[in-house]
Amino acid sequence: MPDGINVDYDGLIPNNVGLNEDLRVRKALETWHPGYIDWWHDMGPEGFQEALVYLRTAISVDPKGWAKFDYVKMPEYKWGILLAPAVEGRTIPFGKHKGEPAWQEVPGEYRAMMRRLLVIQGDTEPASVEQQRHLGATAPSLYDLRNLFQVNVEEGRHLWAMVYLLQKYFGTQGREEAEELLRRRSGHADTPRMLGAFNEATPDWLSFFMFTYFTDRDGKMQLEALAQSGFDPLSRTCRFMLTEEAHHMFVGETGVSRVVERTCEAMRAAGITDAGDIAAVRALGVIDLPTIQKKVNLHFSLTLDLFGNEISTNAANAFNAGIKGRYREDKLADDHALLDATYPVLRCVGGAIVEEQVPALSALNMRLRDDFVADAAGGVGRWNKVIEKAGIGFALALPHVAFNRAIGEFAAIKADPAGRILDAAEWAAGRAAFLPTVEDNLYITSLMKPVQASGEYAGWIAPPKAGIDNKPGNFEYVKIHE
Amino acid sequence: MNAVLKQHLIDPEICIRCNTCEATCPVGAITHDANNYVVDAGTCNFCMDCVAPCPTGSIDNWFLVRAPYSLDEQFSWQELPPRAPEAAEPADALDDEATALLAEAHARAGGRARAPATASKPRINLFNRETPAKARVTGNFRITAADASSDVRHIILDFGAVAFPVLEGQSIGILPPGHDGQGRPHAMRLYSIASPRDGERPNTNNISLTVKRVREPRADGGIFAGIASNYLCDLPLGASVGVVGPFGATFLMPDDPDADIIMICTGTGAAPFRGFTERRRRIGTTSRGRLHLFFGARTPQELPYFGPLQKVPTSVLDQELVYSRRPGTPREYVQDRMRQRAADLAELVRRPTTHVFICGLRGLEEGVEQAMADIGRQYGIDWPALRAGMLEDGRYHAETY
Repeated sequence: MPDGINVDYDGLIPNNVGLNEDLRVRKALETWHPGYIDWWHDMGPEGFQEALVYLRTAISVDPKGWAKFDYVKMPEYKWGILLAPAVEGRTIPFGKHKGEPAWQEVPGEYRAMMRRLLVIQGDTEPASVEQQRHLGATAPSLYDLRNLFQVNVEEGRHLWAMVYLLQKYFGTQGREEAEELLRRRSGHADTPRMLGAFNEATPDWLSFFMFTYFTDRDGKMQLEALAQSGFDPLSRTCRFMLTEEAHHMFVGETGVSRVVERTCEAMRAAGITDAGDIAAVRALGVIDLPTIQKKVNLHFSLTLDLFGNEISTNAANAFNAGIKGRYREDKLADDHALLDATYPVLRCVGGAIVEEQVPALSALNMRLRDDFVADAAGGVGRWNKVIEKAGIGFALALPHVAFNRAIGEFAAIKADPAGRILDAAEWAAGRAAFLPTVEDNLYITSLMKPVQASGEYAGWIAPPKAGIDNKPGNFEYVKIHE
Repeated sequence: MNAVLKQHLIDPEICIRCNTCEATCPVGAITHDANNYVVDAGTCNFCMDCVAPCPTGSIDNWFLVRAPYSLDEQFSWQELPPRAPEAAEPADALDDEATALLAEAHARAGGRARAPATASKPRINLFNRETPAKARVTGNFRITAADASSDVRHIILDFGAVAFPVLEGQSIGILPPGHDGQGRPHAMRLYSIASPRDGERPNTNNISLTVKRVREPRADGGIFAGIASNYLCDLPLGASVGVVGPFGATFLMPDDPDADIIMICTGTGAAPFRGFTERRRRIGTTSRGRLHLFFGARTPQELPYFGPLQKVPTSVLDQELVYSRRPGTPREYVQDRMRQRAADLAELVRRPTTHVFICGLRGLEEGVEQAMADIGRQYGIDWPALRAGMLEDGRYHAETY
């Protein structure tokens, strides 16, 4: 009997949830497994299914066994079901059931709400693998190729995590939802993925880094909120997923940082000090800083839409029910019920952006989005340090939350990145300065040429400061030709 | 000389402030402000729990300092302060007792030991004398013939639910229970791990050791019985053993499947090479490099793993078993057999992907050195220069006791 820490690797599905003793769920998962492998072959990284990739696999959820590195063919990756160790005597930390023992089964009245949350979270995981499946062909180095694949296999594992919960706790309906997760396709006209940002293409590596920095960070915030859940198996699942999600944040933050670093280095070497001289900078074969800013504007604003409406009864209900908490709920010092509290929300009133106090329970999406913005601002500050160190007068910034929105309070208006409200003509005139243009995208695409020699990097990106698993610079992270 | 401390620091240029380390640290040594994540030198107990989950590698910095950097100093950093180059070398261990034992074992390699470039990153000092990992004995059997004079045992230690990640070539420390004549706890003994990283069978959470029972006549007519080896060899199945480590950050198997590895050993020095061999066997067809074993013992009956070795396919392992006391045949030592294989060895060491590992009793490396120098002269190779280059490259390793 597994004790909840070490992972049983002997069966088909590595797990620390005692799958061997749970015949019903085991059979359901083993039935689902071939479809998953088919999906991976059809929709996983294109052209590298036979390559040996230096990947990290968890051999235990205890910190010491957490990361085992080895060469693996991706379709043979050990996708398992791993839950963080149970906390003895855990109680529901918020909402109207606060203080009651955490649930080990889903209470009947919350089944529908819970299933919906799991399906939405689960749907994003395979979606991003699908969005990124063509990137391998243009990787700027073997190091980056490996990081892409690590992100991909872990998104695959996160799908498993959600499917396990669906199969284990939601019976026939859960099984059907698990099948549907393999049926929908990112960007497909008839069967798209559920959320908008997960149907956008990830056409180039700067987009990939921006996606992992901003959009995966939404995933992190959602997981943080679900990790607080009163439904204990969900909490434990999300806690372990967060440890993996940190790697995705790393790929995004350091990816953008390395692009910025390389641009600044090339500008310095060529004696260019004006970051706005786009033609001169592009002549160096690097991505100019104003275009990087436009990519920030795009990905940040698309990601904000994932947080949903600022004022939301669904969010209030999920909190009240003890199902989805706030970011780091356990570190917050209030009554964790929020029945009488208020929270400031930016609203669009009569065409103006104003701050209003609204009941805190209704403003939970807004609050999580605020936590996201603060978290995302940290990395932008560190990118700016790279620019500052190079002595170039330019600073990247997050755009205003009202900029380029399709969901929520600001969907109805147009605003510039500084938050100034624009009329239709002003927006049309300014758009090319705010968001990447077709020319910008074509320029970025023109740089996307694969570099597959160990230790070499494309000219538009700097090498990383440290290798994965402390490997030296010329380490062959992916053995392509076997 | 002032005492030098080892301080754990986080590189602010690489850290992404994901909070994983702070959430993982069991003793609350890691905190953060708006700028940096930092480690309190007074609280950090080197348990290493934070190292594996860190996605960036920024966590894995160990500075030798005379006075530790304060939290306020660390909060103010934009980058790590400069450090002396020697401090950047991988440490074999973080505690003085194991460090001294390994330094002694590596002392005759001819220079500072370096890890192979493609070795996986080892975890070290996960468990120390104060908090050893508890392993259970699940196997203890003699691997030398019943009538052989030496009693060498294959001992399997199972870690149950405790994660004890190891790499081929690493060692563990055994703490024999009890005290010496002066009332101090018995000194730690190091044993090379004889199994590959994923256990005796794939994906088992155990390791094996190759232990020779030390019983030698003393000058005064008595018998000297080694404390740790007799303790281990006498352990019944099911017994619980305190294990410290793992140790060793340089004598490690290269992960490069194309690397040829020359493995030279005597007696229980075969232990790490059993791990190497099993590893290569398990990764199967993906490796193009071969293993080349020169293994010396007194007789076939005293050669550890003589039986299992016969079953290893030659595509994985090219083996030369050499006996110094075989009745009816002249005495032969590993260096003699190496000279016989001079042409092959010359060709191998010329390749930039070949590694040499030596493990056994002290003195073995000298015999090997002379043989290689002879082979070098025969084939126009400046062996001392080549060896120095290989050492620098992390391709020449000697661990002798």
